Amino acid sequence: MVKFIVRRLLQLIPVLLGVTIIVFSLMHLTPGNPAQIIAGESATPETVAQIEKRLGLDEPIPVQFFHFVKDAATFDFGNSWRTSLPVSTELWPKFWVTLELAIYSMIFSIVFGMAAGIISAVRQYSWADVSVMLIALFGLSMPNFWLGLMLMQWFSINLGWFPPTGWGSASQILLPVITLGTSGAAVIARMTRSSMLDVISQDYIRTARAKGLKERVITYRHALKNALIPVVTVIGLQFGGLLAGAVLTESVFSINGMGKLIVDRILARDFPVVQAGILVIAVVFVFINLLVDISYKFLNKRIDMD
Amino acid sequence: MSSQQSQQDKEYLAEQSTKGSLFWNNFKEFYKRLAKNKTALIGGYLILFLIIVAIVGPYITTTDPSQVDYAVKLEGPSAEHWFGTDHHGRDIFTRIIHGLGITMIIGVASTILGGIVGILLGIISGYYGGRIDTIIMRFMDILLAFPGILLALALISILGASRQNVIIAIALFAVPTFARIVRGSTLSVKNLEYIDAMKALGASDIRIISLHILPNILSPIIVQGSVFIASAVLSASGLSFLGLGEQPPSPELGALLSDGRDFIWDAGHIAFFPGLFIMLIVLAFNVFGDGLRDALDPKMK
Repeated sequence: MVKFIVRRLLQLIPVLLGVTIIVFSLMHLTPGNPAQIIAGESATPETVAQIEKRLGLDEPIPVQFFHFVKDAATFDFGNSWRTSLPVSTELWPKFWVTLELAIYSMIFSIVFGMAAGIISAVRQYSWADVSVMLIALFGLSMPNFWLGLMLMQWFSINLGWFPPTGWGSASQILLPVITLGTSGAAVIARMTRSSMLDVISQDYIRTARAKGLKERVITYRHALKNALIPVVTVIGLQFGGLLAGAVLTESVFSINGMGKLIVDRILARDFPVVQAGILVIAVVFVFINLLVDISYKFLNKRIDMD
Repeated sequence: MSSQQSQQDKEYLAEQSTKGSLFWNNFKEFYKRLAKNKTALIGGYLILFLIIVAIVGPYITTTDPSQVDYAVKLEGPSAEHWFGTDHHGRDIFTRIIHGLGITMIIGVASTILGGIVGILLGIISGYYGGRIDTIIMRFMDILLAFPGILLALALISILGASRQNVIIAIALFAVPTFARIVRGSTLSVKNLEYIDAMKALGASDIRIISLHILPNILSPIIVQGSVFIASAVLSASGLSFLGLGEQPPSPELGALLSDGRDFIWDAGHIAFFPGLFIMLIVLAFNVFGDGLRDALDPKMK
């Protein structure tokens, strides 16, 4: 087990390095001189040269990359080109908002997705199964920004039940979480259903039935445990999707999270903030995948031992 | 000399006919299974319907999608304006009919572009194995470390927002997903006996790959293609919604939705209808992909 984790950690190094190179090159591949963008169109060449020197832009690219990695490792991403504040000061409060949104949405997806999937599988081909799978199909196909706008229009504007924008209070949290969590719930429901059906048709379940065990015991104690393994993988992938999907949800509900920050700063050409935001999401996603891999291995091992 | 020439011609013709028939047989087999699966057929007809509307629709609608008429701005659905009008008094139904094609073309073009690159890389990786496999797959892992729309955002932040850049950005996201699936399928096919036989007969790698491996891994590629078009359409319209894709006055569906959000307080229909059509497109490709997967997966039979 420890060997497995160490090996997976070592495998992360080239991926993290690659991700850092891509994010680093964002700034260097953009047309236009960064120093010129900071200084503005009308700046004198002297000012531009001064800024270049201050930011180390006059150094060779490999040296710059080395500094970038060194600074990023200590969460130092330089200063914003627009507000001149340190990027980390701007980023962290927003990172927690996005993380909160993603975690609540994940819980929503898991609870509703698994419940729906289990109901579907246990009553295969019943009206409950058919309607759950139809709803899941629509949930999967709906643009989440559209769902968000429609929820906002009906529940916030027409009915006045929830505030239409912002983040913090329980009433502000509900609509964004439904918006972001719906497609994940749909994916998890479909996966749970097919995985449960797979397991239910296996011999050991038939044996359990032959032993005269109650259907409830079979479903929850025998089938569900094994059916969950593929679902865990899907949940891990969904979390990455949630971090990325938060960009759209935050934009709809004007939530001051990292996604909205990234989009706003792309439009404002504030690259240090964009770089840092993208890097943070990618690194978080990489480590979540690692956790999923480890838990997958762990679940499988328990079954081997059983 | 001439008899040798005709002998060569015959061989060439024979080769051509087997080449044709292998693809053709696969296609016939594919269609037979497809026709038996109701889900796939419903999805297929829905896609066909949307394509026809997107092509023929713009010629049939009587109004101009960019015709401004402030006398009727922000009006709800009526007999004259089926889906109502927007803040410039433009007819939303007409704009959706014109935008449908743009949205679908972006989704399909990015999938084809990314799919071709991904298929090539996946086959090379799976067929040759070894170091080249490790390098390609490590690179794919790096691309996959950027979840969902994030890679597209990164690319758009460099290249700037335009239709062409949206297609490139989403295609880049398609590459690793195709490469992984194709690599896996290639691995399962390449050790089959008839491939060994072809090698023993001295067939070149390119010949084996293009005539014997590719036709046999078409099913997973087609399924992945259909499912990816669905997510490409969602990403593309999402980028337009954020103002990082199609720019106004383009009637692309995500851009229409983006227009609608500003008027959500007094004219909700502006955002409602474009979103409904985005969902229709995505639904059609998802249903088609689901049906295909069931129809083509030998385990399910």
